[in-house]
Amino acid sequence: MRFVLTTHYGQDVNLFRHNGQRFWYALLAVSVVVAPLFLSTFYVGELVLVFIWAIAGIGLMLLVGYTGLVSLGHAAFLALGAYCHAVLLGYGVPFAVSAPVAVAFTALVGALVGIPALRMTGVYLAIATLAFERIVAYGIEHWEPVTGGLRGMSVPQPDFFGVSLADSYVLYYVSLGVLAAGLFAAANLLRSPTGRAFVAVRDSEISAESMGVHLARTKTTAFAVSAAFTGLAGVLLAHRIGYLAPDAFTVQTSIQLLLLVVVGGLGSLHGVVFGAIFVGYLPQVIALARDVLPSAVGQIPGLELGVFGLILALFLVFEPLGLYGRWLKIRSWLSLFPLYRKATHKRQKAYLRTERVQ
Amino acid sequence: MEVFQLLLSGLSQGCVYGLIALGFVMIYKATEMLNFAQGDMMMLGAFVAITFVNLAGLPFFVGFLITLVVMVGFGMGLERTVIRPMIGEPPFAVLMLTIGLGFILRAVAGAIWGSGPRTLDVPFAGSVLEVGGVVLGYENLVVIGGTALLCIALWAFFRYSRIGVAMQAASQNQLAAYYCGVPVKRVTSLVWGISAAISAAAGVLVAPVMLIDPMMGFLGIKAFAAAIVGGFGSLPGAIVGGLLIGVVEQFAGLYLPAGLGEVSAFVILLVMLMARPQGIFASMQQKKV
Repeated sequence: MRFVLTTHYGQDVNLFRHNGQRFWYALLAVSVVVAPLFLSTFYVGELVLVFIWAIAGIGLMLLVGYTGLVSLGHAAFLALGAYCHAVLLGYGVPFAVSAPVAVAFTALVGALVGIPALRMTGVYLAIATLAFERIVAYGIEHWEPVTGGLRGMSVPQPDFFGVSLADSYVLYYVSLGVLAAGLFAAANLLRSPTGRAFVAVRDSEISAESMGVHLARTKTTAFAVSAAFTGLAGVLLAHRIGYLAPDAFTVQTSIQLLLLVVVGGLGSLHGVVFGAIFVGYLPQVIALARDVLPSAVGQIPGLELGVFGLILALFLVFEPLGLYGRWLKIRSWLSLFPLYRKATHKRQKAYLRTERVQ
Repeated sequence: MEVFQLLLSGLSQGCVYGLIALGFVMIYKATEMLNFAQGDMMMLGAFVAITFVNLAGLPFFVGFLITLVVMVGFGMGLERTVIRPMIGEPPFAVLMLTIGLGFILRAVAGAIWGSGPRTLDVPFAGSVLEVGGVVLGYENLVVIGGTALLCIALWAFFRYSRIGVAMQAASQNQLAAYYCGVPVKRVTSLVWGISAAISAAAGVLVAPVMLIDPMMGFLGIKAFAAAIVGGFGSLPGAIVGGLLIGVVEQFAGLYLPAGLGEVSAFVILLVMLMARPQGIFASMQQKKV
C-alpha cells in the first residue's frame, strides 16, 4: 500500500498519482508500440478492432458511467461517423478534412438527440435512443444513392500523410494514437469543471442543480462529446472493415458497447480498455469453444449472443464494478497481503431512488 | 373498404403491442424496473404453447391454459432467482440485466425449438368472416376479442380481488403497503408471474398472424414505444398506445414510401417524447424539490 503525501493542490488533479504508476504506464506504452513487430497481420488487425472498440467505449463511458444517461443507440453514432466519413472520401475530400467533419457531424447529431433527452430520465432515454438508432438504420438502408442501401458501400482508402490506411500496421499506429489521445482527452475532461458536473448529474440531478450545475447544458455536452468519440471510432472502423453495410451497425452493436462499459467497470477509464479487450476477443474465444464443444451444443443458433447475455447478467449480479473493480480488489489483496479483509469492498445497498411523486 | 380492413389488421397488431406493453408497465409500476426481456417472454410463451398444442397434441384451449400456468411459474421463478437480488441496485443495472436475460432466452429457445420459424395450430386459422363486402380474418377478430377479454379480466382482478388491491397498494407506495401487512415480496413475485402470462397470451394470440421464431422478441421494442405513447405507468394507456401504433403502422406501410411503416412507431415515439413526454394518459409527474 502506497500513501502519497500531498503537499500541494496540483497533486489532487495529477493524471498519475506517483512514479510507480508512471513507470507501469510507460512500460505499457512501450509494449503496445513495439507489439506489431512481433505479431502477424491477423493479430494486428484484431488489436486495431480492440482499439476502435475502446475509442467508442470512451464515448459511451462518459455518457453512461460518468453522466448516468443510458443510451441504447450508440451504434447509430458509430454508423453516422463511418458513413459520413466514407461518403465524404467518396467525393474526393482528403482524409484530414473528412475525418474531423464526420466527427463534428456526429457530435452535432448527438447534441440534437440530447435535447429531447433533457426531459427524460433513465427509462425514457433508453427507449428514445433505441428509437433513434432504428430511424438512423432505416435512413441508411433506404438512402441508396448515397449509402448504397442494403448492398453497402466500399470505403475509399486515401493516403494518410503519404501512407495508405489499408495497411493494417499503419491503421494500428493511427488508432493507437487516437486511442491514447482520446484517453488523455477524456481524463482531462473528467478533472475539469465540465467533467465534475457530469459526475454531479449522475449522482443526483437535484443536488447538482442546486449547486448551480446547468442541467440542460451539461447533459447536451455529455451527449455531444460521447457522440463525437463514437463517431471517431466509426471513422476508424470504416477503414478497418473497408466495406460498410447496415448490418454492421445494429441494436446488437449498441448492446455490445453497453456490455463493454459494464464488463469493463462503470465509471472508470481503465474499464473502457478492459472492456474493449473483452468484447474484442470474446467472439474468438466462443468460436474456439464451438470447435471443442460437441456439435449439438456448438451449433446452437444465437449461442454467441446468449453467452454475451449470460456474462452480462453474471457481471451485474456478482461484480457490478466490472473487471476494473475486480482488479482493484486483486490489487488491494496483493498490497495488504496477509491482512486483506473481504469486508473492505463490501457492496452497499442503495435505496431505490424513485422518480415518482408519492 | 380497404381502410376498414387496414384498421382491423392495425388494431389486431396493436392489441399485441398493447399486451406486451401492459406486461412491462405492470412490472414498472410495481417495482420501477424496466423489463427489456418482455418481448422474449412473449416468444417463450408462444413456444411453450407450440409444445403443448402441436407436439403434445392437446386441445388448443387446454394447451393455452397450461401455457399461462407455466409462464406464471416462469415469471415468478425468474423474479425469485434473478431479479430479487437486484433490488436496491441502480435501475440501469436491472435494465442491462434484463437485456442480457433476453439474449439468454433467445439462445435457449433456439437450442430447444430450433431457429426456424414455426406456426401454432389454431382452430380458427384461415377462415374469414364477410360482413357487407369487408373481409375480416378470424385471426384478427380473435386477437382483438382475446385482448378485450384479458383486459376485462385484469381490470376485475385489480378492482375486486384482495391480491389485486394489494398489488395496487404495493405499486403506489411499497413502504406503506408493507406497514399495512401487504406481503410486498410475494406480491412483486406475482406481478412478474402475471406479466409473463400476459406476454405469453400475446404470443399465443399473435401466433396465427405471424410466424414464431426465437427472434420475434424484437417486437417488444415497439411495445416500448406503445407504453411511452400511452403514458408510462398507465395500464389503459399501454393498450391505447399499442392500438395507436398498430394502426398508424398499417396505414404508414401502405400510403408512405416503402419501409416507413417499420419505423413509424419510433417516429411517433420521438415526436411524442418531444411534444408530450408524459404520454396520453399522464400518470407520473416529475419529481420536484
